[in-house]
Amino acid sequence: MPRLAFDPEKTPPILISGKSMSENKTGIWRSIRPKIDMDKCTHCMVCWKFCPEACVDLSSGDPQIDMGYCKGCAICADVCPVDCVEMVEEESR
Amino acid sequence: MKKVLMGNHAAAIGVKLARTDVVSAYPITPQTQIIEMLNDLDESGEFGGRFIKVESEHSAMAACLGSATAGARSFTATSSQGLAYMHEMLHWVAGARLPIVMCDVNRAMGAPWILWTDQTDSLSQRDTGWMQFYCSSNQEILDSVLMAYRVAEEVLLPAMVVYDGFTLSHTYEPVDVPDQKLVDKFLPKLKNEYALRADKAEAFSALPSPKEYYRLRARMDHDMGRALKVFEEAGKTFEELFGRRYELIEPYRCEDADTILVVSGAPASTARVAVDQLRKEGCRAGLLKMRAFRPFPAQALRDFVRPGMRLAVVDRNYSQGHHGIFCEEMKSALYSLEKPPEVYGFIAGLGGGDITPELLSEIWRDTDEGRADAAAPNWMEDAR
Amino acid sequence: MTVKTSIPEPELLSAGHLACQGCGATLAMRYALKGLGKETVLVTPACCWTILAGPAPRLSVGVPLLHCPFATAAATASGLKAGLVAQGDEKTQVVVWAGDGGTFDIGLQALSGAADRNEDILYVCYDNEAYMNTGIQRSGGTPQKAWTMTTQGQKGSERPKKDIDSILEAHHIPYIATVTPGYPEDMVRKFKKARGIKGFRFIRVLSPCPPGWKHDSSATVDLSKLAVQTGSFALYEIENGDFRLNTKLAKRKPVGEYLSKQGRFRHLSEDDVKEMQATVDAAWEKYEKRG
Repeated sequence: MPRLAFDPEKTPPILISGKSMSENKTGIWRSIRPKIDMDKCTHCMVCWKFCPEACVDLSSGDPQIDMGYCKGCAICADVCPVDCVEMVEEESR
Repeated sequence: MKKVLMGNHAAAIGVKLARTDVVSAYPITPQTQIIEMLNDLDESGEFGGRFIKVESEHSAMAACLGSATAGARSFTATSSQGLAYMHEMLHWVAGARLPIVMCDVNRAMGAPWILWTDQTDSLSQRDTGWMQFYCSSNQEILDSVLMAYRVAEEVLLPAMVVYDGFTLSHTYEPVDVPDQKLVDKFLPKLKNEYALRADKAEAFSALPSPKEYYRLRARMDHDMGRALKVFEEAGKTFEELFGRRYELIEPYRCEDADTILVVSGAPASTARVAVDQLRKEGCRAGLLKMRAFRPFPAQALRDFVRPGMRLAVVDRNYSQGHHGIFCEEMKSALYSLEKPPEVYGFIAGLGGGDITPELLSEIWRDTDEGRADAAAPNWMEDAR
Repeated sequence: MTVKTSIPEPELLSAGHLACQGCGATLAMRYALKGLGKETVLVTPACCWTILAGPAPRLSVGVPLLHCPFATAAATASGLKAGLVAQGDEKTQVVVWAGDGGTFDIGLQALSGAADRNEDILYVCYDNEAYMNTGIQRSGGTPQKAWTMTTQGQKGSERPKKDIDSILEAHHIPYIATVTPGYPEDMVRKFKKARGIKGFRFIRVLSPCPPGWKHDSSATVDLSKLAVQTGSFALYEIENGDFRLNTKLAKRKPVGEYLSKQGRFRHLSEDDVKEMQATVDAAWEKYEKRG
């Protein structure tokens, strides 16, 4: 008979959620990807500021978009004051 | 210290003695005096916790959800429509495994408007995951608040202390108010290892998978079952400290009884008078008082009954289209026995009608002398 | 190399969350947490953020979060604050994070109760102007004439948007503010400020929603700015009853510029747009009179 096999004393009474969502790589949602023309970039960091994924890294001094998470919303391309972000077709996976 | 207290004040004093951290409540007859007294104690500084005067019962339980999640000992009280209004939250806090204690002062459900007692309000909350303990005296109300916290905090399930509107809530009886030091011994400060901590980025009650949910519910049932034993043990400790013993079911003069009244709440006290009277008349009458409804003390009942016994279950509650609720629970608990006793269901006192010793004697006689319908509920009324 | 940023750099929102592309409510959370910092606990009723916060056992924000039933956010937060204080924690900021449905409609009673008690909590409504999580049904926050799944006729939503800020103002609370993610510096400033105030605080975030407003995901920030620049959404603060308009616009852009970029207003006639312009003009006149 298909009985529930578990030790109740070893099952916590509630499920507490403490692991980060960062293990969820949302880059696979993307159909277009941002391409930054670093020659034109003025390092104003507006793309960082308006990224809903918080996936623009500033640590190198240049804006680096983490393609593991970028969903391709294209806000960065829309807000860039010098139009240095271009959205290009995602290569087929 | 002995005091003469109405049931609602006995409850409020129990809440204070438990050193409850947060009370959140909304007025409703016949419960209101609990929160009025707690409010007075709060304003005079005698109640050490926070009293949140919420704008509804739904919010009363929501505030308890918040405070208990932070690990605070939390309390609310309500009746009837208020309890029904809370229904969503009852499921939620039980699923969140929060050891909240609530007094439900039984009052019948509308429509039409009705102020007086019956148990359909609390029994309608059967499947919410709350424990339910029914009281028959004001002493038992105070003591049950303390017992409820002790059991709830051990098994991480909320507990309802249930008693009859007006019959107990507004009636004065002598009550032995326990010493604070002894209560502190019985009920140390709540330490909930699953409480929310501000410095830990953790979410509570986020969406699980069906498989996880199923296991959480199975664990919950396991703890409900565990509560039966925890209650018995807590009852022993309580007796050592305070000299009074509480059990899940309490037989009275049942040793040689063939026909037994099964009663909960204040009518269980009345039923003692009826049994004593019947005994005087030479009848072998007994009484079984039901204290716990959830978890249902099924094994204790199976151990108690004998083949050939007749149980007359008196329900001041009703599940429309079926039967009295204690009666049905009783039948289902005893069905697996090879020779189950006969179980008869009697409906009495809905909406607060008197359940007198005479009516209870009649119920006993109807059962004992074979006049009761075994298949359908027997609707009873004291004709006088 | 360190880069100078106009808003704090530390992130309490983690990538990998489940928001739609271009979600305004995600940007809102990002800026709110930059303003609030740690020692913050979120209380979230049923709304998009129930999902965005992550399924068990995951969490997309760096602070604790308590999920609660739809109607209960303000009451649950009141209890949570009281519970933390009972545990000796006086300093943690309890923040409700609720959508417009949970604020304007089903949660209004609990919200009113908590505001009336002047509970020491911050209530944030991210207002995306409909029940987006259930698939775009009209709420009390839906603007007049807007299309939703439950206002599909030619007229769109018949009733004007409920003035929730005025309802809150009538509760005599110390702080009310409006923000929108097109203005992150303004958002961070107001959340910081709100954190420093004791008592019940209310912040409403106008939060563009690409699937619900029917606009391209890239237009979220643009629309948020246009809402302000056209006067459709005013940035203001009300401190102890003292009203202050945060953006004095020399010349407001025509409302049509904001409406025409949203599919939910596609059915509007020229007369409709004129009517909506007149509504905005009237509202704006009132704001300017107040300060």
